[in-house]
Amino acid sequence: MTPVRHIHSRTVLLAHENIDTDRIIPARFLTTTTRAGLGRHAFQDWRYRSDGTPDPEFVLNRPEAMGAAILVAGRNFGCGSSREHAPWALLDAGFRAVISSEIADIFRSNALKNGLVAITVDAPEHRFLLRHPGIELRIDVAGGEIALPDGGRFGFSLDAFARHCLVEGIDQLGFLQRHEAAIQSYEEQFA
Amino acid sequence: MAARTLLDKIWDAHLVAAESPTTPAILYVDLHLVHEVTSPQAFADLRTRGLRVRQPARTLATMDHSIPTRPVSADGSIPFVTPEAEQQVRTMRENCRYFGIELLDMDDPSRGIVHVIGPELGVTQPGMTIVCGDSHTSTHGAFGALAFGIGTSEVGHVLATQCLLQRKPKAMAIEVRGRLSPGVDAKDLILHIIGRIGVDGGTGSVIEYRGEGIRALSMEQRMTVCNMSIEAGARAGMIAPDETTLAWLRDRPRVPKGADWASAQAQWEALHSDQGARFDRVVEIDAAEVRPTVSYGTHPGMVVDVDARVPRVGNALHQRALDYMGLRAGSPIAGTPVDLVFVGSCTNGRLSDLRAAADVLRGRKLAGHVRMLVVPGSAAVKRAAEQEGLDRIFRAAGAEWREPGCSMCIAMNGDFVPPGRLAVSTSNRNFEGRQGPGARTVLASPASAAAAAIAGCIADPRSLGGQEAVA
Ligand code: SF4
Repeated sequence: MTPVRHIHSRTVLLAHENIDTDRIIPARFLTTTTRAGLGRHAFQDWRYRSDGTPDPEFVLNRPEAMGAAILVAGRNFGCGSSREHAPWALLDAGFRAVISSEIADIFRSNALKNGLVAITVDAPEHRFLLRHPGIELRIDVAGGEIALPDGGRFGFSLDAFARHCLVEGIDQLGFLQRHEAAIQSYEEQFA
Repeated sequence: MAARTLLDKIWDAHLVAAESPTTPAILYVDLHLVHEVTSPQAFADLRTRGLRVRQPARTLATMDHSIPTRPVSADGSIPFVTPEAEQQVRTMRENCRYFGIELLDMDDPSRGIVHVIGPELGVTQPGMTIVCGDSHTSTHGAFGALAFGIGTSEVGHVLATQCLLQRKPKAMAIEVRGRLSPGVDAKDLILHIIGRIGVDGGTGSVIEYRGEGIRALSMEQRMTVCNMSIEAGARAGMIAPDETTLAWLRDRPRVPKGADWASAQAQWEALHSDQGARFDRVVEIDAAEVRPTVSYGTHPGMVVDVDARVPRVGNALHQRALDYMGLRAGSPIAGTPVDLVFVGSCTNGRLSDLRAAADVLRGRKLAGHVRMLVVPGSAAVKRAAEQEGLDRIFRAAGAEWREPGCSMCIAMNGDFVPPGRLAVSTSNRNFEGRQGPGARTVLASPASAAAAAIAGCIADPRSLGGQEAVA
């Protein structure tokens, strides 16, 4: 995996609470057998009108959203199904980080394994970000800090192992495989 | 030893390596269930890396999400919704052959929705760690297993190493005091619970459901409850095994036999939280307060008693959800016109669910404008239902009787709710667009769904009879 150490970008806002994985990538696009190309369907039913044309009102279709790699979302982002297609779609759509005050367990785990940095911040910081759409942020993954343009900083915590894997580009399957001896001895004893 | 929770006991017994501040635990997986939607990329990773499946015997695959529920066409072709769906199913077949994994294919008599067939076959057993690339894996926790959904990367981890990297979740207890009233179903109970604790009430936790109200439930009802733990944000739900559990498992095709059964039973009996075990959070629910419950909004925490009014909450999100659903705050939810009714899914697609719906429908007709789909959760459920004549009751009422699968629960196989239409559904998610773009979903029990089909609008099932089956 490519190491992820710093992310520097404007934010784009989806302030709705409880944005579920069906929202992020509707089930009808899950018949794919690859990871590629899901970005064009990210938030499909918000992004496109029923005639298939982009909805110019939707925030991700507005010019200021182009190139933004940090998504600031309402509370409980990524709830619902375990589909890893959700982080794949966001990455493919150009996002590198998601920030919310609460992120659903499976989504967070899936995101971090793919190098999409899923960050939870405290409620006051979250409110600040929601009040400042398009703000320029610098995320320091190793340091656990988000730097604001005026020099202010927010701390965030990330599971130590997930951070280590992101920063060093560690592949978790490779990590597990290095524990072969322990797995084998467990199997001999119990399995 | 200190008093331990059921979660502690299963967790401890599966530790290949304990967690430290810098590394998660390595947890051994007893049973890995696989389906066509969340596995192809994982198998592709294994091929790229030249890896084998470590424990094919602990891996069981089926197809349930992308497959049509219409019968095979006259020319023998299977009516897949798109070539991609068919390709996905073919990929599953090829992967299972290549990696030596047992596949319950579309013509297999024991195929079905992955969370229905595990318990049916008896591969789901107490004390196990069970995973699947599917969040409703929590269903299997009804047997006192630690069962949870994983992502596709993790599917690859388990295929290759039979292990997962996991931080231990918190332990949450939901104590259900007293018993459900007649005419109130397990679905009503779990919707009520999610309404109480919220869609993120269980985040980071495994919920152990306890108390008299849980003990009194059948295995099928317990599965309904554990199934929707994820809708409360929890990693998993579990219920300690007891006589009801053993009675379900005894004589299932894949449980231990003879002396092995006796020793398994002895082990399973120790699987309960010890007296005085500490939970991170305890929530008490009074079963007597639970009434037939339906959802009114666009997430499963937005629920209301079927005889109550749509709540007034003065915030934009709430209003947005009501606008999407076409409902008005302050109006009674009963009487809301219904276009479609779906009975099925891993939440409510088992035999007892079909019986509950059939009891309401027996000798009645669907309201003129209503379309109803009944989709059994497995081939075995379908056979059993047909043996009892339930299919004839559904058909006589005007409902469609389909082949098993996930169907309209997730709407990726061609069964979907058209834009703007309102469906009363026994499934588990009512997110915007879950059952099709623009679809409106009202979650309900099988009896409530059947009552809506007859009345043509959301209705209290207690006003239509059929209570015997769910009491
Ligand atoms: S029935 Fe619905 S919730 Fe259950 S496994 Fe299938 S798609 Fe998922």
